[in-house]
Amino acid sequence: MSKYTEEDLEQELKTKEYEYGFYTDIESETFAKGLNEDVVRAISKKKNEPQWMTDWRIEAFRVWEKMEEPDWANVKYPKPDFQGIAYYSAPKQKPKLNSLDEVDPDLLETFKKLGISLEEQKRLANVAVDIVIDSVSVATTFKKTLGEKGIIFMPISEAIQEHPELVRKHLGTVVPTSDNFYAALNSAVFSDGSFCYIPKGVKCPMELSTYFRINEGGTGQFERTLVVADKGSYVSYLEGCTAPSRDENQLHAAVVELIALDDAEIKYSTVQNWYPGDADGKGGVFNFVTKRGICETNAKISWTQVETGSAVTWKYPSCILKGNNSVGEFYSIAVTNHHQQADTGTKMIHLGKNTKSTIISKGISAGKSQNSYRGLVHVGARAENARNFSQCDSLLMGNACGAHTFPYIEAKNKSAQIEHEATTSKIGEDQLFYCNQRGIDTEKAIALIVNGFSKEVLNKLPMEFAVEAQKLLEISLEGSVG
Amino acid sequence: MTKVKMELKEKIVASYVAFENDVDINSEIHDIRTEAFQNFEKLGFPTKKLEAWKYTSLNSVLKNDFSIFPNKENAIEFADVKKYFIHDIDTYKVVFIDGKYSSFLSDTTHDGKDVCLMSSALSKPKYKSVIKKYFNKIAKQDNLTSLNTAFTNEGAYIYIPKNVEVEKPIQIINFTTGNDVATMIQPRNLVVVEENAHVQIIERHQSLTDNAVLTNSVTEIFSAKNATVDYYKIQNDKDNASLVDNTFIEQKTNSVVSVHTFSFGGNITRNNLNFYQRGEHIDSILKGITIIEGKQHVDHHTLVHHIEPNCESHQDYKGIFDARSTGVFNGKVIVEKEAQKTNAYQQNNNVLVSDKATINAKPQLEIFADDVKCSHGCTIGQLDEDALFYMQQRGIPKKEGKALLMYAFANTVLESVKIPEVKQRINKLIATKLGVHIGFDL
Repeated sequence: MSKYTEEDLEQELKTKEYEYGFYTDIESETFAKGLNEDVVRAISKKKNEPQWMTDWRIEAFRVWEKMEEPDWANVKYPKPDFQGIAYYSAPKQKPKLNSLDEVDPDLLETFKKLGISLEEQKRLANVAVDIVIDSVSVATTFKKTLGEKGIIFMPISEAIQEHPELVRKHLGTVVPTSDNFYAALNSAVFSDGSFCYIPKGVKCPMELSTYFRINEGGTGQFERTLVVADKGSYVSYLEGCTAPSRDENQLHAAVVELIALDDAEIKYSTVQNWYPGDADGKGGVFNFVTKRGICETNAKISWTQVETGSAVTWKYPSCILKGNNSVGEFYSIAVTNHHQQADTGTKMIHLGKNTKSTIISKGISAGKSQNSYRGLVHVGARAENARNFSQCDSLLMGNACGAHTFPYIEAKNKSAQIEHEATTSKIGEDQLFYCNQRGIDTEKAIALIVNGFSKEVLNKLPMEFAVEAQKLLEISLEGSVG
Repeated sequence: MTKVKMELKEKIVASYVAFENDVDINSEIHDIRTEAFQNFEKLGFPTKKLEAWKYTSLNSVLKNDFSIFPNKENAIEFADVKKYFIHDIDTYKVVFIDGKYSSFLSDTTHDGKDVCLMSSALSKPKYKSVIKKYFNKIAKQDNLTSLNTAFTNEGAYIYIPKNVEVEKPIQIINFTTGNDVATMIQPRNLVVVEENAHVQIIERHQSLTDNAVLTNSVTEIFSAKNATVDYYKIQNDKDNASLVDNTFIEQKTNSVVSVHTFSFGGNITRNNLNFYQRGEHIDSILKGITIIEGKQHVDHHTLVHHIEPNCESHQDYKGIFDARSTGVFNGKVIVEKEAQKTNAYQQNNNVLVSDKATINAKPQLEIFADDVKCSHGCTIGQLDEDALFYMQQRGIPKKEGKALLMYAFANTVLESVKIPEVKQRINKLIATKLGVHIGFDL
């Protein structure tokens, strides 16, 4: 991985662009750089959106204009030039390759380590897929099963057309347009994303994943996800994938809103492995995400994340525990290597009675990276018997990296029970020695120890993710020994 | 609100000229004052917009029309204030009334050590080298510390030479009498403890008036190699008195410094306690008990900066909050890259007794070294109902039972108090706070 530098990527993109015609006139349309009200209107028009949606975007834009970029996070990066970005580009045709032989060998090596099947490798690397394994047909079967249950799962741009009442009712209710700088920007210019609605009492029979949603052309720069679980329903949603994703967009500002109505449960798992920049910290994706869910009575929202990519991560999946007896969970592994910086954590806002939340955060820093946990546990005055348990453990590898914890704990109710624990440690020499004695080489031993350290979180991932995520940890920390 | 705040700031700025008439403006110290003054002029009073003041607002205090220099000398009878002293043991005493030294109530010394006044240390040539070496060397350049530095004139000056073990504790007490006006005082203390020396200090701020009082105190403590400093802060002021207590401590190799802060009263109390470890095998101990009620507000802001390897720090803060009181704990531990084998421990436990009480905690760790043991724990909870029931079953009334549980809760802090008389005094204070009579010594 580390051999692959940004220049290589640049070179690769350049040559391929030339070779295969990256910008085909019919396929791709890109607006001129810059952002103003006209651009927002044009995006909305392009998407053929109803008036209320256009107004909503304009309102968000006006709010955004007045906001300042936040700088409180424990990360340093050159501020993006918001007028230097093109805010609309239709799904681009990626260069099609004829066989796996044409794919960058480093990328293949990573796929192999992750244990991704050959066919899937082709799909991920954008190689023309054989007709034998037709992912389209897989997706169609999926759609049929979901359709029978009444589950709506489609790009949000389609949902705005087909189910405007549902989208209008819920969009922006958890993350208002004025929530923060990046959320406002996203609200104004989001190009696409996913919409998911689970009807009353329905248990979604499969893990929903953007990965299988075939009509979506890669992740957008400003993605918008809205998941609504109606009363008594259940859904497990997977976002991202373990395969390294090389996106040419530097700034990513996504918004995810989860709404769990009475007795509903949403399990949201993310694996993020975006381009982290090269070993010298050049390039890489800025990932500024706003994720938040709201729980009504007896509802439960569980966030699980494995963050290994991106040069700068700024992400706080949160739960508003509004209803009585609602439950919020946050399980996170954040790995930073080389010059990566991550400032991530969660917010648990206890408003209802008997609400419970659990936070397990594992930070692993290696190389010259900085890894911060920033979390808030808030217990409102009326949240009787609120219960929180937080545990933030950091593992440091080498003495050039840093691990930081910034937990905020606010309790306004005497019956609240809050526990917060944090530890920082390194991989013990005796642990390594023990493994070495038994014929396990140091690199493998570290992988073993890291896996053990992260086990509590890995266990929470859906099966297919867990296996890959485990390997991903190994790969991310490769070469960080000694 | 902002307008009101401007007024006090303007008043302070305007009175600086008057202050300059009273002090030697040709001394080197005055350059430090002037620089700090300009700094304060630029920064103004802290607002809630600052991360460090997120949970504590001084607005309600700052709107008082404070008199900055009490213009008359006030005398008080010892009998009236005896109860504020630890009077059952012999101690050195440095006592101030409205910011002015009271020779009548004090008991200072120059016998083999200096326990005297900042004003004389600043003006007399024989102290010049110490002042030059230590004064304002570790105090932060933030707003309130700068304000104090700008008006530096009086306070306690303690210098303990090499190998001297001070035979009895030193008490530093600041009384405010402002009977007609709201009073603001800014004591400035300097404590230098040389190699192998040992000292115990008890500090107290006490208001004797019903008018508003604002104390903005700065203490710098330097602990040389192998030195031991034992510092106790007793804060049990009246409801109209607010305190911003800034303490900066620099430690050298093998030194042990412990600071115990007992906050039982006052209006708004803000403790900024900063430890800088410049040497190896240092031990820093920060402990505190907070028991407050009414609308009282206590904010503990601690910083332990681990700069060199093989050092330790231990923090243990307990809080019990009743009525509408608010507590804040912001503990920050920084471990630098070079500070390998650091062992930093932080514990903060809180009990909310009333529905209207609030606690905001922010235990922070910033770690840049890999071979360290750092942990922090923070809890918010209630007294164990089962334990209470058990005691009631056995004939211990609920009130006493509760008090017993709270004692047990706070005991880990009391345990390490080394002066028995101070421990007893704290015991009594806790008993009074909890409204019970405790018939045993802890």
